[in-house]
Amino acid sequence: MIPQNEIDRRKFLVRLSLLAGTVPALVVAVPILSALLGPLLQKQKQEWRRVANLSDIAVGETKLITYVNADPLPWAGVTAKSAAWLRRESEQLFVAFSAHCTHLGCPVRWEAGAQLFMCPCHGGVYYKDGSVAAGPPPKSLNKIEVRVNKNNVEIRTAPVPITTITE
Amino acid sequence: MKWLKKTGRWINDRSGFTEMMRPLMDHPVPPGSKWAYVFGSATLFCFILQIATGIGLALLYQPSSDKAFQSLQYITYQAKMGKLLRGIHFFGASGMIMMAGLHMIRVYITAAYKYPREMGWISGVVLLILTIAMGFTGQLLRWDNNGVWSAVVAAEQLGRIPFIGKFFARLLLGGDTLGGQSLSRFFSYHVFLIPSLLFIFIGFHLWLVVRNGISEPPRSGHLVDPATYRQWYRNMLRQSGVPFWPYAAWRDALFGSIIIILIFVLAVSFGPPALTSPPDPSNVSASPRPDWYLLWIYALFALMPRQIESYAMFFGPLLVFFLLFALPFISNKGERSPLKRPWSIVASCFVIVLVISLLVAGNQSAWSPSFHSTKLSASSIPVTDTLASSGAVLFQQKACLYCHKIDGRGGDVGPELSHVASKLNEQQMIIRIVNGAQNMPAYGGSLTNSELTRLVSFLKTRK
Repeated sequence: MIPQNEIDRRKFLVRLSLLAGTVPALVVAVPILSALLGPLLQKQKQEWRRVANLSDIAVGETKLITYVNADPLPWAGVTAKSAAWLRRESEQLFVAFSAHCTHLGCPVRWEAGAQLFMCPCHGGVYYKDGSVAAGPPPKSLNKIEVRVNKNNVEIRTAPVPITTITE
Repeated sequence: MKWLKKTGRWINDRSGFTEMMRPLMDHPVPPGSKWAYVFGSATLFCFILQIATGIGLALLYQPSSDKAFQSLQYITYQAKMGKLLRGIHFFGASGMIMMAGLHMIRVYITAAYKYPREMGWISGVVLLILTIAMGFTGQLLRWDNNGVWSAVVAAEQLGRIPFIGKFFARLLLGGDTLGGQSLSRFFSYHVFLIPSLLFIFIGFHLWLVVRNGISEPPRSGHLVDPATYRQWYRNMLRQSGVPFWPYAAWRDALFGSIIIILIFVLAVSFGPPALTSPPDPSNVSASPRPDWYLLWIYALFALMPRQIESYAMFFGPLLVFFLLFALPFISNKGERSPLKRPWSIVASCFVIVLVISLLVAGNQSAWSPSFHSTKLSASSIPVTDTLASSGAVLFQQKACLYCHKIDGRGGDVGPELSHVASKLNEQQMIIRIVNGAQNMPAYGGSLTNSELTRLVSFLKTRK
């Protein structure tokens, strides 16, 4: 029979050791988790970027525009770039579509002859207004904010559009 | 030589290597565990090969978004035997996935997951998930155009998780978009995070093999009874067990070595996957394709009914892994012989046939527009009928050829039109072109009346 005070001492030492281990583990885990979950913790800003002159694109035309994302890291290299399709509806009206297919994000190509956007991955096809023409995409191409600033066409950088389960 | 022996004895005495290894090497295994038992160890040999070649590649690789592609070109075209190293690492990954698959099928067919080896199966499923994650992150580290777009595709799939999908997608890319942070994260996952988990679970998996023993080859009529199995197994080993080393291990050693040599030969003969263009997300002429071991999922996404697809992307993997984890709880006793469990063979064959058919379909990707098909063959263009010949030119310009084949040229998305005039009359053709069809865009909005007339007069010549 072990005396009661010995059991209490044993319990106390077990708890002390566990607690002694837990505290530094938790303290150290915070900055590690911060590195892992960093992308969720930082708010990323968006910027307006000049992508074309008014005269670069005729009414009815759709052109590929490429731009640098807002606030890229210095070692991003070419991965700092994004692409979108800019369409001039009328003299002052522009529409910009994200180049990502709404099915699984592959890059859609504009086929001027057919007046269609086509995706190479699973055969998604969209009309010139971005609506789905054929294939698996669940919704129209995502639009990007675009504005005319004097003689310049500017678009607002945007996150990679992610299609959700209910869309 | 004497001093060498003496040194050896000293090291062994002070370190206890023999003490540690002897029981492992000598532990008895059931007799008759023959060639069906080699796939697990072959997976382990592939893993060790991956660690070794991975370290080699890390000596040459630059894990930075702006430089990784250049370092891959350096490894492939400049570094001495770098191309071979990449090749071994690639075929090693393929080997590891194949061996793990075969191992899993063997365990399933012979019901080796039953009592008391349930935890072996569960840790095996975790190892399968980790192995696939290694394959995928490894493909990203190639960091060419295919690599960056594959990351986007994966982010989109994560996006289908209800409520928190967008957070996961963002976490994968390391931010709103691809960038400097993305590759560092994939590198850390592929080289540190997932391998450490693999080490832990492989250690656990092997410990379980030694603790619970290798499952004996199943005999029909010999049922697993949790109440008596362990005692029976111990007695069986005492009576007829053979030492693992070398009586069972020689097959593992031989088979494993053959697999490694095969991987080497494949690497020498075929080399690593070719690098595509630089990892520029603004280059939209990319056609991302996963490596072969994920190509079947890629095919599934093209062929699945659209209405359920988003749900299937989330619930599909959830259901598959739930069933895999649940298996040893659904049936953990009774018959182990595949002869008495014919459904296990049917199910395995079904999965194998399904995956192989999807791989074939994925390889052909008939659903993708054939962007390089821009010209009809000269003989397909009518010469005398000017209206029809200008229609043929339009047929090329309007990208009809991307999806329809004529005289062997063109895509496979839509029906072949070589003899369309024998199936559809003029009116039917016009309706199809103007209104589109189930999987065809409506061209009514983008064709003028005269263009439509010319196009149809060309198609009318295709009898």
